[in-house]
Amino acid sequence: MPTSVAEEYFPVVLQVLVAMAIAGGMIAASALLGHRVRNPVKDQPYECGIQPEGSPRERFSVKFYLVAMIFILLDIETVFLYPWAVVYRELRLFAFFEMLVFVVLILSGFFYIWKKGALAWSMEEKPREKQ
Amino acid sequence: MPANFVPPSGVEYIRVLPEIILAAVATLIMVLEPLTPAPRKRALGYLALAGFAGALAGAAAAGWRTGPAFSGMLEVDGFATFFRLLVILAGLLVTLVSFPYLRREEAESGEYYALLLYSVAGQTIMVSAADLIVLFIGLEISSIASYVLAGYMRREKLANEAAAKYFLLGSFATAFLLYGIALIYGATGTTRLNGIAQVLSDPRMAPAGILTGTAVALMLVGFAFKISAAPFQVWAPDVYQGAPSPVAAFLAAGPKAAAFAVLLRVFMTAFAPLTGRWLAIMWSLSLLTMIVGNFAALLQTNIKRLLAYSSIAHAGYVLVAVTAHSEEGVQAAMFYLTVYVFMNIGAFAVVAYFSRKGERYVEIEDLAGLGVRQPVLAALFAVILLSLIGVPPTAGFLGKFYIFQAAVKADLLWLTVLGLLNSAVAAYYYLRLIVIMYMKEPGDSLLELPGMAVSTRAALWTSAAAVVVLGLFPALIR
Repeated sequence: MPTSVAEEYFPVVLQVLVAMAIAGGMIAASALLGHRVRNPVKDQPYECGIQPEGSPRERFSVKFYLVAMIFILLDIETVFLYPWAVVYRELRLFAFFEMLVFVVLILSGFFYIWKKGALAWSMEEKPREKQ
Repeated sequence: MPANFVPPSGVEYIRVLPEIILAAVATLIMVLEPLTPAPRKRALGYLALAGFAGALAGAAAAGWRTGPAFSGMLEVDGFATFFRLLVILAGLLVTLVSFPYLRREEAESGEYYALLLYSVAGQTIMVSAADLIVLFIGLEISSIASYVLAGYMRREKLANEAAAKYFLLGSFATAFLLYGIALIYGATGTTRLNGIAQVLSDPRMAPAGILTGTAVALMLVGFAFKISAAPFQVWAPDVYQGAPSPVAAFLAAGPKAAAFAVLLRVFMTAFAPLTGRWLAIMWSLSLLTMIVGNFAALLQTNIKRLLAYSSIAHAGYVLVAVTAHSEEGVQAAMFYLTVYVFMNIGAFAVVAYFSRKGERYVEIEDLAGLGVRQPVLAALFAVILLSLIGVPPTAGFLGKFYIFQAAVKADLLWLTVLGLLNSAVAAYYYLRLIVIMYMKEPGDSLLELPGMAVSTRAALWTSAAAVVVLGLFPALIR
């Protein structure tokens, strides 16, 4: 039985040390034992074996950010729906109404962003109201 | 999910009535927002006002049926009800101040009112939380809405700075708090406040001191940020200056009072067994906060920054009551926070009105001659300033009296003496405002000063009246 904090956490420290030793040992071994051949092809960025095309620093529309954020919000809803479906039978009507409240809240947010034009992709479709 | 799950009973829903009302009205406003044409946005503000009024009634109804709710996650007791009423009232007064302000700035929108309601809902959850996780959720609901409100004037540079600073530093502070919660859960195996107290006070179960000590310190950092206690106060002046005046009034009232409520509850219940360990930290925190707030306020020329530093100093006084760690100290802190909410909203209401479009007149010197041009307004402002100093018979005096009384009874003589010296320093910068108002010739700043709108007037009169009435009849809320 471990009696103090130090003893209780000794296995953790041990594991950290072993992990560091293994990782460090591998890097050291490959540095010492392996031999290197340098050529221009090796210095190129590697992307799934396909030749890189153009610069990765491309500009893209800030609209992606908004859509991505909204996507995450609605995605979370789905995440909550799964466990709900699993325990639905046990919780009965309570679960039904709880989820109803949750969905109504999500839908009012959805209604808001829709009406505000956050989902309109091109500038022409932006509805009235300039702030 | 436990097999023996019992759905919440009807009375438990009544105990969360204020939160339900606030959240429902806020969501309704968000839905109505896109459907309301620009000239009629004011109607959404009235709806918000009705929501706050309903929430006040709801909090009172919940206060009649005290007890735990939702498997003990919330504890609706007298303490929670008191602070619920206080933060909802703060929201209501701020809404009143916001009406003419937003119209003047041509920035009326449903989102503003909805965010205000959400923020207050977060605060009511905070003050009634009996579990650290619920506390954290309430704090986040309140904070995130406040971050957005601080940057509400999104075309203004200062507002952007305020929002960015508030958000980044606020998130950082929240992370500290969360880390503390994680450590205390690791040490005690529970997030319930009374459960933590139980484990900590049982010598057979007591976890390692270094673990609980770190947890307490980390959580204290999180709370100290929210109440703007030195050395975690640097954000406050910039945020209050950049935020619209009604929002500054709100930030210094609602979130602060709620954070103090949480601080009191956590340190008086969960961490009560560790009092010996945190007392010295609280002692220095309160002294440092008073000194930094008061001495920095001496140098300010901007009224909003001055009020920000004054709000820091007042947090220091309340921390003296926390340091007293007695029933009396808690009572004193509750009284002082109530008075402070009124004084602060009253002062910012004057700033919101006086600053004119785009907040052009926010320098102290701009107030010159206000006593001649607007005698009634100046008199109300003077009453509030006198209360901020702590002159009898205002409530500010009694608030300080109760706090230092509790401190003396807890043998905090040095802290009391230094605190009293501090309030003497504070008298200088508040009196300076009064002197400028009454004894200086009016300048350009008073040209084209429109009349005060009815709703701001209502908020200002309410605040000034509350300050006087509570000073004369403190038994009303004690």
